[in-house]
Amino acid sequence: MKGKITKVTGSLVVAENMQDAKMFDMVKVSSKGLVGEILELRDSNASIQVYESTNGLCVGDDVENTGHPLSMELGPGLLGNVFDGIGRSLLSLYEDFGNRILAGAGTSSLNHQKKWQFVATKNVGDEVSFGDEIGYVQETEIIKTKILVPFGVSGKILSIKSGEFLVDDIVAKIKTLDGTKTVSMCQKWPIRKPRPVKQKLPVNSSLLTGQRIIDTLFPIAKGGVAAVPGPFGSGKTVVQHQLAKWSDADVVVYVGCGERGNEMTDVLKEFPTLVDPKTQKSLMQKTILIANTSDMPVAAREASIYTGITIAEFFRDMGYSVVIMADSTSRWAEALREMSGRLEEMPGEEGYPAYLSNRLASFYERAGNALLFGKDKKIGSITAIGAVSPQGGDLSEPVTQATLKIVKVFWGLSSKLAYKRHFPAIDWMISYSSYSNVLDKWFNENIVFNFSEMKNFVTKTLQQEAEILDIVSLVGFDVLSTFDKIVLDVAEIIRDDFLHQNAFDEVDTFSSIQKQAKMLKNVFDYASFAQKAVDNGFSYEEIVSVPSKKSLAKMKFVSEKELEKLDKIAEDLRTDFVLMLQKEVIA
Amino acid sequence: MIEYFKNIKEVVGPIMVVENVKGAKSGELVKIVQKDGTFRNGQVLEVEQDKAVVQLFEPSQELQKSTSKVQFLGKCLEVGVSQDMLGRFFDGMGRTVDGDAPIIPAKFLDANSSPINPVAREYPSEFIQTGISAIDGLNTVVRGQKLPIFSVNGLSHSNLAAQIVRQAKVLGKNEQFAVVFCALGITKDDADFFIQDFTKTGAINKTVCFLNLASDPSVERISAPRIALTVAEYLAFDCDMHVLVVMTDMTNYAESLREISSARKEIPGRRGYPGYLYTDLASLYERAGRIRGKEGSITLIPILTMPDDDKTHPVPDLTGYITEGQIILSRELFKKGIKPPIDVLSSLSRLKDKGIGEGKTTIYHADLLNQLFSAYARGKNAKDLSTILGESAISPMDKIYAKFADSFETRFVSQGENENRTIEQTLNIGWKLLKVFPKSELKRIKDKNLEILMAEN
Repeated sequence: MKGKITKVTGSLVVAENMQDAKMFDMVKVSSKGLVGEILELRDSNASIQVYESTNGLCVGDDVENTGHPLSMELGPGLLGNVFDGIGRSLLSLYEDFGNRILAGAGTSSLNHQKKWQFVATKNVGDEVSFGDEIGYVQETEIIKTKILVPFGVSGKILSIKSGEFLVDDIVAKIKTLDGTKTVSMCQKWPIRKPRPVKQKLPVNSSLLTGQRIIDTLFPIAKGGVAAVPGPFGSGKTVVQHQLAKWSDADVVVYVGCGERGNEMTDVLKEFPTLVDPKTQKSLMQKTILIANTSDMPVAAREASIYTGITIAEFFRDMGYSVVIMADSTSRWAEALREMSGRLEEMPGEEGYPAYLSNRLASFYERAGNALLFGKDKKIGSITAIGAVSPQGGDLSEPVTQATLKIVKVFWGLSSKLAYKRHFPAIDWMISYSSYSNVLDKWFNENIVFNFSEMKNFVTKTLQQEAEILDIVSLVGFDVLSTFDKIVLDVAEIIRDDFLHQNAFDEVDTFSSIQKQAKMLKNVFDYASFAQKAVDNGFSYEEIVSVPSKKSLAKMKFVSEKELEKLDKIAEDLRTDFVLMLQKEVIA
Repeated sequence: MIEYFKNIKEVVGPIMVVENVKGAKSGELVKIVQKDGTFRNGQVLEVEQDKAVVQLFEPSQELQKSTSKVQFLGKCLEVGVSQDMLGRFFDGMGRTVDGDAPIIPAKFLDANSSPINPVAREYPSEFIQTGISAIDGLNTVVRGQKLPIFSVNGLSHSNLAAQIVRQAKVLGKNEQFAVVFCALGITKDDADFFIQDFTKTGAINKTVCFLNLASDPSVERISAPRIALTVAEYLAFDCDMHVLVVMTDMTNYAESLREISSARKEIPGRRGYPGYLYTDLASLYERAGRIRGKEGSITLIPILTMPDDDKTHPVPDLTGYITEGQIILSRELFKKGIKPPIDVLSSLSRLKDKGIGEGKTTIYHADLLNQLFSAYARGKNAKDLSTILGESAISPMDKIYAKFADSFETRFVSQGENENRTIEQTLNIGWKLLKVFPKSELKRIKDKNLEILMAEN
């Protein structure tokens, strides 16, 4: 039985005659087949959020219930692709419909005509349970899309064969207690339902991002959650792009949620040309994009982050470490607000619905480190990083506050740093990482024994700088003690030569953790020597004019292949200061 | 047979409710015919059962509820476009106002357009030389960018916009260009300034002018930018022209939107603006850009005045989140006599990195601009300090920085209204100013580029 439209307002449609519908069922609206989702049921009426432009809809148009929730097709063909908020492949839409996205243009995510080379890793007669890998498709040079036994299925393999298959073809048959089940390479999963795992695990290792301020001062764990709030122009998107490019995750899902079209184009154009430092292959081979640009229908924005995290979970279930970026969750919250307004719900703070923080939390909760189903006890992780665009840069607004309640890492961007062109404009005075305790140990064990000591020294120096600068603004620089002057000098080196990182410079854009540790050591050494010199009565001018100090500024441009140059700087510093301190002894 | 509906239930401001309607479509165009045969236009915002909520594109003044009748046209707001529109003047609804014959459209286009598939976009990367140092050198514009000018009341933003229109060009190319000018609620004086400037330089024959002045109905401000952008899209993507769209003042547009939202009794967001202001502005701004395989482009320069000089006001704030940077004008610089009073530190062009560098401007452009920015920022800081503490209290190096900040403003940022500097001249001035620093202070310039700079000058 078909429903009939009784009301159309913006992206909200109300239909009558829908008594058999379930909450969050996917519906097709009008003869155009616009995709929608049921948000409310009242008597026989259903309120429907429509993911495409509702222009041209008319009272009395048909609404057809598909009876199943909005789902994403998962299988080979996701990597390197770009999808809109409800999971339609924009690459195929471009081929089929040209430059613009028209309402009612199909719903397929995967290419159902393409054949993939399936390699079976199990044999006929093997006992398998759900979560077990039965084979894989080498989808790109670096990522194998593993085909797992679907949830709820376990038994004995009746047939399985390697070869070329379409995503819908049956690749295996499994004999279970309730009869024979078939397995294809493609499965549908409702985007609002988290894919289950056996057990969530605590985080234990660091996601290395190649960004010095992040890795050193405010590290994020694999399976962690982080937020990047900042006013416009402070470089949120660049930070997100940098993380997508250089983090050492296996798979990257980038959700452009209500942002600029050109930014997505930029990613599409640039990523294939960039080389992943870990695998030496093109970055696009491990990247999936979700693009809901700001001119696309607002309701699809609400769905886009669920589409993204469902894909992330799909790859996590294969045992990969996945990073998902959402830029920006504020646009997502605004979409929620707009729908809530049209549903005439009682508004909470600033017009946002009362369930805002609840929804945000349930999104971020889908991240984490997890022990997966299956015999081989795989572990996978999803790291979630959300950008927040607070109106007027005011961090007290509801979306930022709701986000801060959940996330463990906070990279607060400040316009003050951005105006000085200090990028990344992550303000060290307000940012934090609650993973420090766990990760300090990891860094000391895996990178260098005194990593956390050097890091604490950096934090302390920057804190001292802020205090001393308060004094300077009252009494001037000259009256400071030599000790304080040196603190300012060291802080300047930390800021300009270590934390400042140019995302657009070929070399500086990525720093391996080894390079970071060496740079950090040199700064640390300089500070300790300078300290010693102060204790021995040398003047500020004498200390800062040490010849090898200049080379600290060039450290960031040392390429990854010539890291020994950084050791040379350490030697030079030592030589210069030893010479200087000896002079004192002789005198 | 044309079907009319006579049951106009209510008219409140620009919103009208019609009852006993059959088959009204969401978003379709409405014609309201009055007793004397004249008509007004509107658009269906909402349909419910047999009721349609209509937004009028024209003021509701003298609209009689009892005698008017409503016709639903079954199509969206369409614009008749043609190359003959160049050199002509239109009102906010796209009707000619210059007294000449109406346009014979080459085709009709949907004024709301459809979103561009990000896959189909071409990333903007062609350097546009505006001849203005503060823009070319530090906040470089590229073709297909959307770059607003944030101004405050009483500042010379019109002069700056006119100078950009006059001087903007892509180096080494001679291509077809056009200007689409859309006035939104500005005074006759301000509009005349632009028109006279376009006339003086001869650009007027290449300009399509949409004029919705302060005295014109404010509801027409909703349709005016959409119609203007539709014409721009036609010129760019159908006629292969490079179109520069100037829209002024977007704050007036947002106010009209607020008026309609409050007439519909919607829950207001910040400062009474509707919660969908971001989405609405984005549906305009995102129409700028380039499309794969198309010769033409749309570069968009919206101008807006920040109420009470407040950058966090919703209109500049949300604009900044959508556009690819912003040029911010400063009252402080203006008072110092710096013209154009561009505050380079808070201004930003997000696409500059793709438009500069070897083969586009010069190899050391990026380094030079980073150095200028950081030196100017430190110089301003040093100046602030020296005002509080006296000049003697700041370090010798900071004194040099403070002096640099002054000469940077007077020699680099400041320039004549008709002074058209080439990019080489701009960078040259910048480098000359930086020469006051010892080499060790020029940390943002890489060694190899420093050598090139030293050798060149």
